[in-house]
Amino acid sequence: MARKVKIPATKYPIERFTLDNGLRVVLSPDRSAPVVGVAVVYDVGIRSEPEGRTGFAHLFEHLMFQGSENLEKLAHFRHVQGAGGTFNGSTHLDYTDYFEVLPTGGLERALFLEADRMRGPRLTEENLRNQVDVVKEEIRVNVLNRPYGGFPWLKLPPVMFSTFPNEHDGYGSFADLESATVDDAQEFFQRYYACGNAVLSVAGDFDVAHATALVERHFGDVPSRPAPPRPDFDEPDLTGEKRDRYTDRLAPLPAVASGWRVPDPIGDFAAYLPYVVLAEVLTDGDASRLVERLVQRDRTVTSLGGYIGFMGDEYLVRNPTALLLQAHLPPGGDPEKVLRTIDEELDRLATGGLPAGELARTQARMATHLLRDTDPVLGRALPMAVLEQQRGRPDLLNDLPRLVGEVTAEQIVAAAATLQPSRRATVEVVPGAGQ
Amino acid sequence: MTKHSLPDLVPDSKIKLPRQAERTLASGLTVLAIRRTSVPLVELRLRVPFGRAPLPRATLLSQALFTGTGTMSSIDIAAELQTVGGGLSAGLDPDRLLITGNTLAGGLDRTLEILAAVLTDATYPAEEVATERDRLVDHIQVAQSQPAHLARVALLKRMYGRHPYAVQTPEPEQVKGVRPAQLRALHADRLRPDGAVLVLVGDVNPEKAIDAADKALGSWTGPSKDGNVPPTPELEPGPLLLVDRPGAVQSSLRMALPAVPRTHPDHAALQLANLLFGGYFSSRWVENIREDKGYTYGPHTSIEHFLAGSALVASAEVATEVTGPSLLETMYELGRIASLPPGEEELEQARRYALGTLRLGMSTQGGLAGLASMYASFGLRLDYLRDHSAALASATREQVAEVAARYLAPARAITVVLGDAEKVEGPLSALTALERDTE
Repeated sequence: MARKVKIPATKYPIERFTLDNGLRVVLSPDRSAPVVGVAVVYDVGIRSEPEGRTGFAHLFEHLMFQGSENLEKLAHFRHVQGAGGTFNGSTHLDYTDYFEVLPTGGLERALFLEADRMRGPRLTEENLRNQVDVVKEEIRVNVLNRPYGGFPWLKLPPVMFSTFPNEHDGYGSFADLESATVDDAQEFFQRYYACGNAVLSVAGDFDVAHATALVERHFGDVPSRPAPPRPDFDEPDLTGEKRDRYTDRLAPLPAVASGWRVPDPIGDFAAYLPYVVLAEVLTDGDASRLVERLVQRDRTVTSLGGYIGFMGDEYLVRNPTALLLQAHLPPGGDPEKVLRTIDEELDRLATGGLPAGELARTQARMATHLLRDTDPVLGRALPMAVLEQQRGRPDLLNDLPRLVGEVTAEQIVAAAATLQPSRRATVEVVPGAGQ
Repeated sequence: MTKHSLPDLVPDSKIKLPRQAERTLASGLTVLAIRRTSVPLVELRLRVPFGRAPLPRATLLSQALFTGTGTMSSIDIAAELQTVGGGLSAGLDPDRLLITGNTLAGGLDRTLEILAAVLTDATYPAEEVATERDRLVDHIQVAQSQPAHLARVALLKRMYGRHPYAVQTPEPEQVKGVRPAQLRALHADRLRPDGAVLVLVGDVNPEKAIDAADKALGSWTGPSKDGNVPPTPELEPGPLLLVDRPGAVQSSLRMALPAVPRTHPDHAALQLANLLFGGYFSSRWVENIREDKGYTYGPHTSIEHFLAGSALVASAEVATEVTGPSLLETMYELGRIASLPPGEEELEQARRYALGTLRLGMSTQGGLAGLASMYASFGLRLDYLRDHSAALASATREQVAEVAARYLAPARAITVVLGDAEKVEGPLSALTALERDTE
């Protein structure tokens, strides 16, 4: 029984303006809960790191928490948490974000803290050495001391890409991290942390006029610096299949991941969006094509994921990027066979089409995920900031459930037809545990 | 003096609880419905008492619950849920089976119908169960290669001895022996509404949501077998337990300390003492071993509440070469908080954090659903947030010092380190008595 549900939408109000110093601001008020989310996004990420400085964008993110013009080391954390709030930051391929979520009464404090470090972090030798140590432990926790560390987000790009910005390890080598200097950090800040290269976004419980006044009070006198020119990181698509494998000495079972380039997420969003839906048609839940075939029927795979963007941020990534499929295999599993079956299923989709009910249910579930992601204030403040930065369209967040719902079966079929083995980059994990 | 200085905080308004309704159905199922209309969705949580259920069977049951009913295959179930934007999954803790889900608000009735079909008519088809069994075995094997899991296993065993909480993950060999008929029997015995709590949060009229649950789940009936877990034993401090993981580039440091349930008079003060020690970023432990020394990335402590007892657990992954110094600083910070009263400003900061994050936790449908469901499984309701806020607001420095001395004393800690024993045994044994794991 194919009851098609109506896909609902959100109507978060959005105010946009630009301060005289070039800082772009997005405000999205919502008085339904007494909390606010504040995000500042800088248009610099892993792809902008200079050669010989792998991991620097992330290391620099850590340095932005080490004190600033009016704040000692540790003060930032204490002031946010002492306001009843939480904070964090994260480094992506194309941007770096910093954010706080606080009870309503902490809004001005968060704006003060973000403005203070936008004027300039305290870049000292002692803080740098301390955070190099902390980052090395972060890499050990997430990559070196665990099975499947960095799989596939650090392991597939070098197979798929051939230019430094796209292929290098965004966590960085210990050698590069250890050779980083305070001068490097100063230069990186000067170049990339210009207010013309940033977006401030606030979502949640505030009055727009009041928040606007607060933003002007705290950010209005941040010295104006223009955004640096942003290089085009595009590179040609693969001309033939690329493969690599490595032994993970901690992994007990095999795994494999493949990626295919997809259209420019910003330049050609209409052509890109069907790939986002395709990834879900293939892998979202037990009724999806590849889970049904590989996990349930063939039992050649124990778990499967499909998504776009190496960091799973499909609406917040620029070209070039890829649709990824990753699979964990049972003992003795054969990655070759899994890849052949994926090809078979993609071919079946490309030639046999996609029934309306299958597409509609995938879109309905995607709508739930999209709506759910916007319920926390940060689920609005952060993506709105990045959407403003990359597209000048924070309101796209409201439109996504509808746009996803408008993708047609023909578009999905056409997208599936492009995922050919000759355009595929694959990396295999050879289990090395106990050997 | 610059023109920019730290702005004052605007005082918070009183905690406002959302509109809600509650009803216990004839079957013994309690339904709580809470209104938050921010997004057109409903969050669903169902907790069913599952204490003392045989672990390999219960774990596999939680993985295989949605593999089929008398009229639907696993794929039908998933597809039908997807059609209304819904999804359901199950998990297990030592006390409860927890079913978690969400749906477009318009799909609530259908999602409840499918949930009811699974609860009353799950068939555990042999083929599908075999698939889930193999997947679970592989999953456990992967978990057993992860340091955080291995450290947790060793810590639980050391904390709980012969108590049922001592083992929370089955061995692959045990799972391999579980048969579909055993899952059907366990389901019939234990997956019952009596004592279970269903929480629905979202864009709903609470009374109508309860009516919908009553209608859909009316046929889910029957008494449950008693699953009461005996109270946890007191933690027995002893020598540090060192578990070897040759070649590890980090050591997993774990410490367990006594704690009290949410309803205990010491709870609020202990929560504050925990924050001061290591329970948030601006704590003494994190500022010391991360921000000052750079030994670690994400050290943290938390109070874990189970039905039969509570404990405070501290966790840090530290570089192998600083394992000894990390233990030294940890013992120093525990000793300091157990021996000297906290500073006034330090305490106010932790208090504001505890009060503020309660509000953050209530600000989403998912957060409210998680809180309401968790509290309900301990017999509490959302109004506990008010009482707890009042207790946090009024806890004095003397009370916090007093509970810290009682619960955070390093002499009371159980300590487990998982790491490269050849490298860390010497430095650790310079600081404390130590025994090697003999398994």
